[in-house]
Amino acid sequence: MSETIAFKPESLAQVHKIIARYPEGRQKSALIPVLHLAQKEFDGWLAVPVMDYVAELLSITPIEVYEVATFYTMFNMKPVGKYVLEVCRTGPCMLNGSDNILDHIRKKLNIKDGETSEDGLFTLKPAECLGACGYAPMMQLGKFFHENLTIEKVDEILDLCRQGAIALD
Amino acid sequence: MGKKLLLKNAHIEGIRYFETYRKHGGYEAAEKALKMKPEEILEEVKTSGLRGRGGAGFPTGMKWSFLAKPEGVPRHLVVNADESEPGTFKDRYLMEFLPHLLIEGMLISSYTLGSNTSYIYIRGEYSWIPDILEEAIDEAKAAGFLGKNILGTGFDLEIYVQRGAGAYICGEETALLESLEGRRGNPRLKPPFPAVKGLWERPTVVNNVESIAAVVPIIEIGGAEYAKIGVGRSTGTKLISACGNINKPGVYEIDMTITVEEFIYSDEYCGGIPNGKKLKACIPGGSSVPIVPANLLLKTINGEPRYMNYESLADGGFATGTMMGSGGFIVLDEDQCVVNHTMTLARFYNHESCGQCTPCREGTGWMYKILKKIEKGEGKMEDIDLLWDIQRKIEGNTICPLGDAAAWPVAAAIRHFRDEFEWHVNNPELSQTQNYGIANYADPIPAVSNS
Repeated sequence: MSETIAFKPESLAQVHKIIARYPEGRQKSALIPVLHLAQKEFDGWLAVPVMDYVAELLSITPIEVYEVATFYTMFNMKPVGKYVLEVCRTGPCMLNGSDNILDHIRKKLNIKDGETSEDGLFTLKPAECLGACGYAPMMQLGKFFHENLTIEKVDEILDLCRQGAIALD
Repeated sequence: MGKKLLLKNAHIEGIRYFETYRKHGGYEAAEKALKMKPEEILEEVKTSGLRGRGGAGFPTGMKWSFLAKPEGVPRHLVVNADESEPGTFKDRYLMEFLPHLLIEGMLISSYTLGSNTSYIYIRGEYSWIPDILEEAIDEAKAAGFLGKNILGTGFDLEIYVQRGAGAYICGEETALLESLEGRRGNPRLKPPFPAVKGLWERPTVVNNVESIAAVVPIIEIGGAEYAKIGVGRSTGTKLISACGNINKPGVYEIDMTITVEEFIYSDEYCGGIPNGKKLKACIPGGSSVPIVPANLLLKTINGEPRYMNYESLADGGFATGTMMGSGGFIVLDEDQCVVNHTMTLARFYNHESCGQCTPCREGTGWMYKILKKIEKGEGKMEDIDLLWDIQRKIEGNTICPLGDAAAWPVAAAIRHFRDEFEWHVNNPELSQTQNYGIANYADPIPAVSNS
């Protein structure tokens, strides 16, 4: 990561727009939305210098950012692959075979839970209930849900990722 | 066909957009409401008997009437869209397909409560939905239903969408407010209640998406008419998100007078269980409510048919009944393993415990570990008693209800399916290749222990 961390101008404008949603002096409320922006812009995870930058932007102390970033599952505290496969495994998804989907991905990519494939493309992140229980099994990839998964569908998605042909945002 | 209030127009193409929504009667309730006095609207909501649709079932009108109104202090409405209870995906459906119903409900509710800035706190994983909501907000603003001096009434309203970042606990209203203030989702001690000191210490009402959407038909048809739908204290309609082993998973609107049997087996709703399998068990109100075996699901302990409403589902208390909860209806067929299913729920609660209270932080971890051990065929008989002991020590001993929510599924699984746990212990190898099956859960009704 370079020494000078700064949002692109359009993201910075977005930050100011978010801060304006709250009363004067309550800019800390913008922390989670701004961390989402930061994670998206700075390689998919929140390095310490990135969090320090966010603290400065919101005029809060770095610890206020660290304690929040580490609390919420969606923030990655270490580098991740280009494609983070968040596969739900809670009750309803389990009833519909999410264990098989997870096993298949582990074997196919030769990674364990939380690991990133050697080519740096995929990170497997088993997830707890994502609210797609009626369309199980499912995984989240970037902004979108992929539902009613089968082994074949997973293979198709992985191929599309390799071709760079899948929408993340 | 049951009465539809929320989803009556859900099938119309383009209903997501203002023009189509408006053409089908959208914002007429808001126009009506803004000509009424806030106290009159509050009376309608009270009369309707609407109960909070997030899971707790607290009367919405009563919650609104608790809102403190100190001079010169702004008040806020915050919509709880942090839908994260396993089995529940109804609010997602409303926001995705009927965003204007929520916005219209928020307009009426904000006007009633005197909130000029209202927020929708949505779970972070629903990452494509804020775009849909923000588009609807922009459309409503362009049409004069949001912004300054709405419909010439002098009432101003801005609505903002805030994403969470993956924390079930933020569905608890005070944790949600903490999160909205940019902090960890640690629930607050109550009192003070949010109605007195909520967002930024200002009086705040936090309501579920479905509750706020329901305000629209309440104004449309009047509280008294709304209260005529349903039965007893289960008035109006309820969205049920059905999942698990059923032919037609999805979101259904029911009028709370149908039986559980009809809901599972009729083609209008779940359409029965795939491949002609038998029903083993069900969690009818989201993962936190007690799991019940088929016999106790379809009939109460007195042999009466069980209905899809707050009172009937709870009939028999936790000994033989369960709860309506959030309406997350999870069906398990005869081939499902209750031990494994309970283990996934214990893992969920362990992952989602905020860590603030010791009984929940430590207890959820131990329950998960022990359940995993039993599930893998490595459990001992005393582990089952230990599990029972741990869940009892969590229940009622935490700041927020997550502790109870984590304890109840484990307690109910042992209460009704203890033989299946014992079978895992007694058959460590067999349990790895075979499921216990339906055993005697369907008939006759197993003896109920008072432990």
